[in-house]
Amino acid sequence: MEHGSYQDLSASTHTLNDEDHTLANSLRFTLNQDPRVALCGYSIPHPSEAKVNIRVQTTGDPAKEVLKDSCQDLMMICQHVRSTFEQAVADFKNNEGSESQ
Amino acid sequence: MPKIPLWDLPELPKNELPLHLQLQKTRVFCNNDAPTHTENIHYSGAYASMGIDNSLRLDEFKKNFKVKVIKLNEDDMEFDLIGIDASIANAFRRILISELPTMAIEKVLVANSSSVVQDEVLAHRLGLIPIKVDPRLFDYMSENDVPNEKNCIVFKLHFKNPRGSGERRTVYSNDLKWLPFGSEYVLPTENSNSSDPNSKPKTYTSYTSSQDSLPEFSTNPITVTPGIIISKLGPGQEIELEAHACKGLGKTHAKWSPVATAWYRMLPEVILLKDIEDDDAEELVKKCPVNVFDIEDIAKGRKRATVARPRACTLCRECIREPGWEEKVALRRVKDHFIFTIESTGALPPEVLFTEAVQILEDKCERVITEMS
Repeated sequence: MEHGSYQDLSASTHTLNDEDHTLANSLRFTLNQDPRVALCGYSIPHPSEAKVNIRVQTTGDPAKEVLKDSCQDLMMICQHVRSTFEQAVADFKNNEGSESQ
Repeated sequence: MPKIPLWDLPELPKNELPLHLQLQKTRVFCNNDAPTHTENIHYSGAYASMGIDNSLRLDEFKKNFKVKVIKLNEDDMEFDLIGIDASIANAFRRILISELPTMAIEKVLVANSSSVVQDEVLAHRLGLIPIKVDPRLFDYMSENDVPNEKNCIVFKLHFKNPRGSGERRTVYSNDLKWLPFGSEYVLPTENSNSSDPNSKPKTYTSYTSSQDSLPEFSTNPITVTPGIIISKLGPGQEIELEAHACKGLGKTHAKWSPVATAWYRMLPEVILLKDIEDDDAEELVKKCPVNVFDIEDIAKGRKRATVARPRACTLCRECIREPGWEEKVALRRVKDHFIFTIESTGALPPEVLFTEAVQILEDKCERVITEMS
């Protein structure tokens, strides 16, 4: 859910349900790394409610698009982590196999 | 100090932070009173006034990111994640602990229990026993679902210590026997003198086929971690029950957590700021409780301290506690180098757990993108 105004698209707060620090903190990191972002942050309004508010203010671009892009960035990072990790594990197993022989 | 005109100052290399700022950005300083520079500087424009771009480009991340496996066996693994931010490493850790599904005993039907362990305590103990089965082969059971072969595993426990045995006997988790055909207990609503004697009486589960007919379980039956004490029975006592396991998440209850624990620590960095020789070197080696330092011989019978095992450093700061030592030894942590350890409970091997965790973070991002568009 997005809270913002139609006059100014460059600032908005997004409410993500069923999410917590796990996603919000990672998104805050990727958002902060985006040069289009002027300010971003997140808060959990109440600890027993499973939702987070993510605030994004940009230098001009629509905040929604910037947030979507940083989700995309985070996904790309994850994909790279996964492929690198799988490669490292495969290499380790191969090495171990050749050492024990 | 003589005055130097601004234009005579040495020019800094383009797109590089001055050394001291670079150090503050990438290291945590562990001083003897308190750590400093613990924060991570994320904002892309943090160094804009110096003309330096602090944003992270994906290709740069790909160039710098490395994974090194240190130890790997079927239960636990240790690996280094190099070149990643704490927020993402922490996301993986949090997902490993609380958002990866496993199977755990959720319902216990007690037919008879005369042991001193109360039924609810017994049920709780049974719940915590890790079940060695791949949770990806099962579905979640929602509130109005009927337990079937796709969302429920049934175990039977029947243990009796005979009246004349004269000894206390221990019930272990090995005594839980898997029932591939589902529950054997007939529902109380079922009419026992039913008109059709051939119809099977309705039980607590409604399996359409036996679980051991599935290719995944036909050769390796579902077991639990052996050797866990469930209860102790005196002579004449008996436990007879059925335990129904279903799929769940660690955030609902820790029994569904697939890891005993998952944690990371930043790589310790121990730097000798000055040469530490002779008696000082001996003293330094003796100070360290985890044996980080070694002594090397230099010419003419003199000795010098070296840092031999920085990874072992626990940052206890014993070596810099006494006055004067902080100028000789620097303890730091590398902010983007994580020593990650995963201890699996046995449902899935640790390397699979980590790839699943990364996959879940990806799915979360994808969900947000689709919800927003």
